[in-house]
Amino acid sequence: MAKEKDVQQLSEVTVRFAGDSGDGMQLTGSQFSDTTAFVGNDLNTLPDYPAEIRAPAGTIYGVSGFQLHFSSEDIHTPGDQPDVLVAMNPAALKKNLSELKKNGILIVNKDAFDVKNLKLANYATNPLEDGTLEGYTIFSVPISSLTENALEGTSLSVKEVARCKNFFALGLMYWLYNRPIENTVEWIEDKFKKKPEFVDANTKALHAGYNFGDVTEAFTTRYSVEPAKLQKGTYRNISGNEATAFGFLAASVRSGLPLYLGSYPITPATEILQYLSNFKNFGVKTFQAEDEIAGVVSAIGAAFAGNLAITTTSGPGLALKTEAIGLAVMTELPLVIINVQRGGPSTGLPTKTEQADLLQAVQGRNGESPVVVLAAKTPIDCFYMAIEASRIAIKYMTPVILLTDGYIANGTEPWRIPSVDSLPKIDVKFRKEKEGFYPYLRDENLARPWAIPGTPDLEHRIGGLEKADIYGTVNYEPDNHHKMINLRAQKIKNIENDIPLLEVDGEQKGDLLVLGWGGTYGAIKEAVLKARGLGIKVSQAHLQYVNPFPKNTGEVLKNFKHVLVPEINLGQLAKLLRSEYLIDIKQFNVVRGLPFRVSDILEKIQETLGGKNGK
Amino acid sequence: MENNVEVKTAKLTAKDFASDQEVRWCPGCGDYSILAQVQRTFPEIIDVPKEDVVWISGIGCSSRFPYYMDTYGFHGIHGRAPILATGVKLANPKLSVWVATGDGDLLSIGGNHFIHACRKNIDLKLLLFNNKIYGLTKGQYSPTSEKGKVTKTSPFGSVDYPFNPTMLATGSEATFVARSIDRHTKHLQDMIKRVGQHKGTAFLEIYQNCNIFNDGAFASLTEKETKDESVLILEQGKPMVFGKDGCKGIKLDGFTPRVVDLTSGQYSVNDLWIHDEFEESPVRSAILSTFTETPGLPTPIGVFRQVFKPTYDQGLVAQIEDVKAKKGLGDLEKVLFGGNTWEVN
Ligand SMILES: Cc1ncc(C[n+]2csc(CCOP(=O)(O)OP(=O)(O)O)c2C)c(N)n1
Ligand code: SF4
Ligand SMILES: [Mg+2]
Repeated sequence: MAKEKDVQQLSEVTVRFAGDSGDGMQLTGSQFSDTTAFVGNDLNTLPDYPAEIRAPAGTIYGVSGFQLHFSSEDIHTPGDQPDVLVAMNPAALKKNLSELKKNGILIVNKDAFDVKNLKLANYATNPLEDGTLEGYTIFSVPISSLTENALEGTSLSVKEVARCKNFFALGLMYWLYNRPIENTVEWIEDKFKKKPEFVDANTKALHAGYNFGDVTEAFTTRYSVEPAKLQKGTYRNISGNEATAFGFLAASVRSGLPLYLGSYPITPATEILQYLSNFKNFGVKTFQAEDEIAGVVSAIGAAFAGNLAITTTSGPGLALKTEAIGLAVMTELPLVIINVQRGGPSTGLPTKTEQADLLQAVQGRNGESPVVVLAAKTPIDCFYMAIEASRIAIKYMTPVILLTDGYIANGTEPWRIPSVDSLPKIDVKFRKEKEGFYPYLRDENLARPWAIPGTPDLEHRIGGLEKADIYGTVNYEPDNHHKMINLRAQKIKNIENDIPLLEVDGEQKGDLLVLGWGGTYGAIKEAVLKARGLGIKVSQAHLQYVNPFPKNTGEVLKNFKHVLVPEINLGQLAKLLRSEYLIDIKQFNVVRGLPFRVSDILEKIQETLGGKNGK
Repeated sequence: MENNVEVKTAKLTAKDFASDQEVRWCPGCGDYSILAQVQRTFPEIIDVPKEDVVWISGIGCSSRFPYYMDTYGFHGIHGRAPILATGVKLANPKLSVWVATGDGDLLSIGGNHFIHACRKNIDLKLLLFNNKIYGLTKGQYSPTSEKGKVTKTSPFGSVDYPFNPTMLATGSEATFVARSIDRHTKHLQDMIKRVGQHKGTAFLEIYQNCNIFNDGAFASLTEKETKDESVLILEQGKPMVFGKDGCKGIKLDGFTPRVVDLTSGQYSVNDLWIHDEFEESPVRSAILSTFTETPGLPTPIGVFRQVFKPTYDQGLVAQIEDVKAKKGLGDLEKVLFGGNTWEVN
């Protein structure tokens, strides 16, 4: 029997699992997340997939990673730098070591450090032996051979046995961080229902890893992270893409309109199409179109015919949809376009995150072509903004662009699941009466009537040519055009009266406001909290509505001496704010295909205040 | 209810389908005839309430068509009519969805949507107004213009080979492929009726004279002196006979069609190719499509091919019903609270 080990309390931990694409790191990471959520920690995760689907084994570009940050406190990001790195091979070590915290814990699969793998990872000498790893707490564990030993006598092939090693690593991590293994055992049993020999092998590997921690002298300390004080309720982990899909499903249910999605697969938006394809029993129609133009145009047709019509894409796809979005502007039909932003320009960095499509969304069309632009700030927020986008599109008969990004699309966090009744209801008024019907006669919101084919006596024609005010017939008159241009702009502008005001977290007036938009919320939030921890006076506000801006945005900005706008682009929101409010904006722009590091924003906050920490 | 509907549709006339918009094509344009034949045939062929008819178009002279029909209509953007129509049809499969499009609209900028609509067999009626020119933009060569065509953008003659629309439709597996001519009004009406009756992607190429930018492109097929010799009217189950008083016929030697003289005594109608539009194989529809590219052969008009298979929209609806039956009606609460959940107390 091994001697009792110390248990050390921690308030937060960031773990990164890294290995070959074939090593099952995403699975290991998500199992660790689920269990961590289950024991009541707050958490935030970020997968990091290689761009190649099946990169050659052992190469650096084939390394797949999964980071998670868990805590006994409220947290908002997957963590800047890991406290613990699990590296399943030399390439994983090479790619991730520089980000591991000084003195951080490093667990490596010693067996994978053979001549071939070292060479593939461009190591001239073995880093486990040449002093490279000095300054870290290293656990060099023969994970492969220990897994083999544990599975002795199994009917599985050598290859299949090798594939179980991630469960050994997971078991060891469960031991180290004092988490139960039952959840994962249940998951294995369910996943391999039809293959009992796999259930047996993976469970054994999991136990072996756990027990190894217990009995090995090398591990003297275990760590424990207390549950966070989360609100009472039922929770699940959810990614931004899943939340987006659920949000539109909810919008369909709460509006009573059938959901139509026209889409063409593109990373990192494809999952939304995949998720929604499962909901046929809700009457959801998903149409995998021949291209992005077809996706959006078919959605416009579906909107004309009375469905809740949406199209999902990422940057290059949004570029293709541009002309059609203009058609939806001219025909004033409800349509939601979801752009899960990725690194650009062109094909850019498909699997990486960025915020550089903001101006494209707000202005990237021919003519004066105003659309509503919303931006979700967290994975969970995608759910609520999907509903909000649908509400606005229907109420105002307008296209709405919903921006998310690769980071919140793939990242997950625990979600307190709302009851269906608590979700907003969306009113739909199809025009039925013939009396007084004109296709472009506007209501109090400047919205035109939605008169769908199949409605007797309301036959009418719409299209992309300029419309006569009220009558909707083709019209080339100069004054009419001027009027319609202004009406369309005014309709969108008026929506500022129907959206929440911009809230300031912290002092309402002061020296520094950090203002962000979209998926940078978590990083800014943590940086601001850290700054306050250092005694710095700093306020935060975050935009989920970019066009129109909340009504009080100008006032809010004027209450601060400095406004710092961190963005993962070269200053697109800053540009909009300057032109709208004629105020000075301090930009902070880092475009590395990655979410902001909290520490970078913190540093910028300090720098903006002249290093005086605002005191 | 059902009865009401029938009574209502039975009473409609051509006038009921004419909108109050002034028709703005150039005087003499072939589009007028197409509009007239559609309005004339519609009371007869539309078997749904009038409000269930939708006309969709792209951009071009031909794409003005929906404005002149008193039905629901959507004048879309250049090239996108088939996919706009697809969205309408999928959102509400009971609608009768018609598309008016031009040779540039459908075969150049919209080529992708065209072939995919055919491939998926979406229940759409596609009327291609083929004038072999870009009309609206004032006379540039189009993807159906003959090689060597002199236009404003091809002053030395175009270098392109043209598309063969019926070949393209056949190759894309459209379930109905036909051709007619604006000036053959009776024939055109018949073809519109056939299109109306078809379930699935129905493609009708209509030769349409643009008297401003490509006048006389189809003159040999419409002028009294030449049309008998140059037009072959396809009729189901009949031998392919054409020429003055039926003096010529088409004989199929293997895959090669040949014109034979029926007056010399060497050949009789028994030697001729018997047209079968219902043949499953697309091969003969493809051979018929090559006639226009083969000197000496007449231009076939009529139904090249009609086959029957379930449409995409039917498949989609059936799948939804099937999944509903298997999984039960969707329950949002169950979806949200499904998956891996845990309680915090
Ligand atoms: C995106 C886009 N590109 C180009 C045009 C210009 N354009 C309008 S109609 C047309 C061609 C029309 O030719 P066709 O489709 O044969 O129709 P027709 O006028 O001959 O009936 C072109 C190039 C446009 N409206 N939109
Ligand atoms: S330009 Fe040609 S196709 Fe267009 S309306 Fe005039 S005649 Fe008809
Ligand atoms: Mg044309």
